[in-house]
Amino acid sequence: MIKIRGQRVPVRELSPEQRIKNFSSVPLGYSAEEAVAEARRCIQCRGAPCEVNCPIHLRVLDMIRAIATRQFKEAFFLLKEDNPIPAITGRVCPQESQCEGVCPLAQDGQGINIGKLEAFIADWARERGIKEEIVIKERPHRVAIIGSGPAGLICAYDLRRWGYQVTVFEALHKAGGVLQYGIPAFRLPTEVVDYEIALLEEIGVNFQLNFFVGQNIAFDELRHKYEAIFIGTGAGAPLFLGIEGEHLKGVYSANEFLIRVNLMKAYRFLEYDTPIVCGDRAGVIGAGNVAMDAARCARRLGAREVFILYRRTRKESPARVEEIHHALEEGVTWMELVAPKRILGDEQGWVRGIELVRMKLGEPDASGRPRPIPIEGSEFVLELDTVVEALGTTPNRLFLKHAPELAVNRWGLIQVDEKLQTNLKGVWAGGDAVRGNATVILALGDGRQAAAAIHRVLSPEKLG
Amino acid sequence: MKARIITRQKLCPDIFWYEISAPHVACRFQAGQFVIIQVHERGERIPLTVAEAHPERGTIVLVFQVVGKTTLELSLLKEGEEIENCVGPLGNPSEINFFGQVICVGGGTGIACLLPIVRALSAAGNEVISLIGSRSRDYLILEDKIKAVSSSLFIATDDGTRGERGLVTDVLERILEEEEVRGKIQRVIAIGPPLMMRKVAEITRPHRIKTIVSLNTIMVDGTGMCGSCRVFLGKAMKLACIDGPEFDAHRVNFDDVISRLEMFRAKERLAWAVYRQQLEARQMEIKTKVRAKEGTASHD
Repeated sequence: MIKIRGQRVPVRELSPEQRIKNFSSVPLGYSAEEAVAEARRCIQCRGAPCEVNCPIHLRVLDMIRAIATRQFKEAFFLLKEDNPIPAITGRVCPQESQCEGVCPLAQDGQGINIGKLEAFIADWARERGIKEEIVIKERPHRVAIIGSGPAGLICAYDLRRWGYQVTVFEALHKAGGVLQYGIPAFRLPTEVVDYEIALLEEIGVNFQLNFFVGQNIAFDELRHKYEAIFIGTGAGAPLFLGIEGEHLKGVYSANEFLIRVNLMKAYRFLEYDTPIVCGDRAGVIGAGNVAMDAARCARRLGAREVFILYRRTRKESPARVEEIHHALEEGVTWMELVAPKRILGDEQGWVRGIELVRMKLGEPDASGRPRPIPIEGSEFVLELDTVVEALGTTPNRLFLKHAPELAVNRWGLIQVDEKLQTNLKGVWAGGDAVRGNATVILALGDGRQAAAAIHRVLSPEKLG
Repeated sequence: MKARIITRQKLCPDIFWYEISAPHVACRFQAGQFVIIQVHERGERIPLTVAEAHPERGTIVLVFQVVGKTTLELSLLKEGEEIENCVGPLGNPSEINFFGQVICVGGGTGIACLLPIVRALSAAGNEVISLIGSRSRDYLILEDKIKAVSSSLFIATDDGTRGERGLVTDVLERILEEEEVRGKIQRVIAIGPPLMMRKVAEITRPHRIKTIVSLNTIMVDGTGMCGSCRVFLGKAMKLACIDGPEFDAHRVNFDDVISRLEMFRAKERLAWAVYRQQLEARQMEIKTKVRAKEGTASHD
């Protein structure tokens, strides 16, 4: 039995009352003293399960040791070598199912807060303008990266460091992909994302915004112009339930709701021009991270009652524990074992409610989670004036339409080999475009792996 | 990419013609497609009609009507000033083929959207009968340009100040009964206010003429990400941005299209009112300054 080395150093946070009035970051992050105290709790166990269980095998123990001895700069450089965007992953990784989940101290709920330590170091360096020195030896090869989300950004970063001429194509007017349009500022402050993108521009990555590959240039032409292509187009297309009433005013996909709020800053309407309408009673269908984000945005937009409507139970929810915890703290009501049957509207075409049916859990399904089964005759109506559907997303079919020669599976996910190469010569793919709804850290790992593969093909002499 | 305004023309009291520099759009634009613009960093993203593209000059022509804050702000830009963001061409191109006899119906700014389609259909060898309309003579746009690429042109205004008095849909109804065209029209394309398009669909339905409408819905990204532009064809949900903007008029549920355009109306009115107030305050300030200057000048 491992002895607990004290309690986890708590993370200071805005109080729920303060938070729901703004979009400021909820966790205030560790101070230097707090970070050192937390780092010193680490027992530096042999085998480092945290590193093994990290999708990119971050050198967690070395980082923690450096923090424990107050060598913050060293910790930062070490961290940066493995992970170019620690300020982001420290905030959005599902740590409880990765590094922190396997910490021996976690058995008593006192696992090392690796995410917050990671974010601390990254923030510490950002606030002091400390950057790793990058010396670039130019190479003539041109590489195109489609999509500026986490996979594309990391791929661009690595390839540029190795001297390639890198152009990132982004359809929106801001780079960052889901980091920009999807994750709300109270979870991932906009300035953190902007800072990382500015760093890429600084080292000479060329961003072509407002540019949709397929619409602005034929995919084939792009292949001729660039020696290698990485596709990181994500999974940005919303799914709808396909039930009655989805045409009603007040019904949003979570994507629309979050794009309006995050990318377009609709929560600062009049200062910004994009409107959003959120009523007093909002229902969010689904219980993943995106559902939590939408529910918490709805609270901040003034909804008095916000319901998470989920057909399974909290145990099966794919959301980060911290997000569920924050959502509940902010007064979001958790309503589980219910499934929507139809959305009800008034004569003017506005949402007035939703008909739900109660569910019970049956045998495990393909996802390994118990299958929810409707209980006949248990239908009831919940009054709502806003409905947000957070059912997950699929790859963008507009891009795929323009690249018909690209092999995809029946869900529209791009097929790749173990080196992330597609069926097309010189074309690699990774992130959600390949995996479906996955995580930032997995996209990061893919971007990195693809960059290495591209490097190997374009500069084979280096490998010796 | 910023898009510089090369030439700015007022087509009528509330409709503008902007030729803007957008080489990436110009070289790929096809009739029926559109762009999304953001006037400034804090602006909203709105879809706009492209009336012409000039790949050789690297420019496109936007035609827009002032209907809210964003279009009002856009209308106040001067030649040489820039639109912060412009992305496109978006949406699918119109189906351009040799159909034979075709009727193109345009209302309001829809006429601008129709222009490149009429041009392309004529170039493909079709006999294009164009029907354009507006509330009155002063609001009728692009008459000469449409006329130049149509086989024949009919005009209707609500008050009869130009062409026939009445609606373009009245003209359509009549023409379809005329001896020379009866049974010969292969296709009708209608672009204009949703009420007009719905009426066109109702008129052509009993004639069983394939009818296409171009839907100008609310959009944010315009690339299939938000679902704000969803429309319903029977029970099937389609996205105007990537499945459209053109759809089979006889299958579109226009009631939903019209209703969904109202979703943000209250907020749009508020933004408009606040912006008008700001503009007036700014003008007052300028006037006061000018007066103050004149005042000091006269004392000299």
